[in-house]
Amino acid sequence: MRREGSAMQGLGVVTLKELSDHLISARMRVLELLVVVTALAAVYAAITQIRDTSAEDPFLFLRLFTVARDPLPSFVSFLAFLVPLMAIGLGFDAVNGEHNRRTLSRVLSQPIYRDALLFGKFLAGLATLTISLVVLWLLLVGLGLIMLGVPPGGEEMGRALIFLLVTIAYGGVWLALAMLFSIIFRSAATAALVTLGLWLFLSVIWPALAPAVAGAFTPADADQATQVIIAQMLMRLSPSTLFGETVLAILHPTTRTLGPVYIDQLQGAVMGAPLPLSESLLVAWPQMVGLIAATILLFVGGYVVFQRQEVRA
Amino acid sequence: MSDNVIEARGLSKRYATATAVDNATFDVAAGEIFGLLGPNGAGKTTTILMLLGLSEISAGSARVFGHDPMREPLAVKRLVGYLPDSVGFYDHLTAADNLFYTARLIGIPPGERKPRIAEALSRVGLREVAEKRVATFSRGMRQRLGLAEIVMKNARAAILDEPTNGLDPQASLELLDLIRALKASGVSILLSSHLLDRVQSVCDRVALFNQGKIALMGTVAELGRQVLGGGYAVEVEAEGGHDLARRFGALEGVRRVSETELGRWRLTCERDMRAEAAAEVVAAGGRLKQLSLDQPSLETIYTRYFQNTQEVADAA
Repeated sequence: MRREGSAMQGLGVVTLKELSDHLISARMRVLELLVVVTALAAVYAAITQIRDTSAEDPFLFLRLFTVARDPLPSFVSFLAFLVPLMAIGLGFDAVNGEHNRRTLSRVLSQPIYRDALLFGKFLAGLATLTISLVVLWLLLVGLGLIMLGVPPGGEEMGRALIFLLVTIAYGGVWLALAMLFSIIFRSAATAALVTLGLWLFLSVIWPALAPAVAGAFTPADADQATQVIIAQMLMRLSPSTLFGETVLAILHPTTRTLGPVYIDQLQGAVMGAPLPLSESLLVAWPQMVGLIAATILLFVGGYVVFQRQEVRA
Repeated sequence: MSDNVIEARGLSKRYATATAVDNATFDVAAGEIFGLLGPNGAGKTTTILMLLGLSEISAGSARVFGHDPMREPLAVKRLVGYLPDSVGFYDHLTAADNLFYTARLIGIPPGERKPRIAEALSRVGLREVAEKRVATFSRGMRQRLGLAEIVMKNARAAILDEPTNGLDPQASLELLDLIRALKASGVSILLSSHLLDRVQSVCDRVALFNQGKIALMGTVAELGRQVLGGGYAVEVEAEGGHDLARRFGALEGVRRVSETELGRWRLTCERDMRAEAAAEVVAAGGRLKQLSLDQPSLETIYTRYFQNTQEVADAA
């Protein structure tokens, strides 16, 4: 049955309203402050470490993202931890909040489809994440320029920009997951707890559990390499693993592969030589596609559930 | 083309294990207030959501201003304003900002938004609190803000789901006055409620729902005639007069006469027959002491209907 009009009618209005709500909400301000303070602390620590140790590095600027100095982890590690938290904070009450405020049926009785409401909320969440991450990225670049005194090269900037896009996609996965649970569970607290639980499981427990699971499912006569490959495949079910591997390939130009290295891959290779950006992109491409596909799958899942849900409070 | 703004034909909603609405057929005529009445869980809200295209229709059909709510929900929602049961607004926004958001969703041109919002808030008596956050509003004020949204929308029909639910008597009366004003401005209204006595005064016609089915439909007087045997009850108190009970009974339109106490009669009539009853008292040489008219209450009709239905079921 074909419906009249565009499914996206009202999308811009919903997106702008939700974006405005996010940007002025106390919850978002606290999360943003947390992200900015911790990330800047990590960057400051990285800068002092870089000054001490790696003046000759051709990718000095990229070290800002990856170098850690005890007791602080690297900027990338901070983001891997805090971006999901921020995304979950943006999405865990996106739909059930409308139910609980009893605004859903009133809003949907206006000439818009549910599609526009859901997509608008997702876009607003993603835009909020993007704004926060772009500001953070600019701060980092600025601090790097001032404190290192070395301008980044073109390829370094390209890699840093791709890193930014990958981080946004990584946030998109958790945002879509949080929104899915906000559709499934009427209680915002339940949705938040379930999403946080899944995040902890996928980010902390699953990478440790995957080798054991792989061992259990690998045939007894299989070699160790097969077991490692299966374990790696299982670990890649976690968005955190996908993000970590992508970052590794993009921010460490010497990374030639994200799996086991075979002899034929080493033929003619100059060990320690950096790959051009296009080659690094090829290495990380499956992981990047995986992150985007996971976002789309989770959003579509939420969309299907939302379309079939009763509107009444 | 018919004068009906809403037409439901055999409307049904079935879930896996239950039927929420079963074969409901009714019309809402232009300019009338039609009440969908019945207890909680009777299927009123589900019927409303189907009419708005917010819930799928399992069987039957519906037309709202000639549009199919399933195929043309946007056209329906452009013409109809909806006030849900316990309407919710964004608490962190002001009343005006909430309406501003709706105005943008509706697609009201930017230049018209402010004056239309101001006028709508004035009509419902919320102009003074337009810039206050909705979090500070009472339930009655929220309901009125919901009506302001319908006014701002210039809706040709309004669907009000349990509008007086949870309101104190004074707030209920004020809201019912606003609903009458809405009707006076040419808006057709479909109203649902389980508070039969509160909405009886505003409804032109009603349909009484029970367990998903429409049990009774018509004007209150018609329902009274159908269920109680008469739509109007005229109370007469008189002194003297000869054979008044027989005289009242002989009047055309009187269905039953009962002497409630000495010198007091209750006439069950098809129409308002106070004038005829008074004339009979005078003609019989009596002195009229009191004359009053009672419309049957929906509560009474509803209760009696289910008693009768139960008796029939028990007898079978």
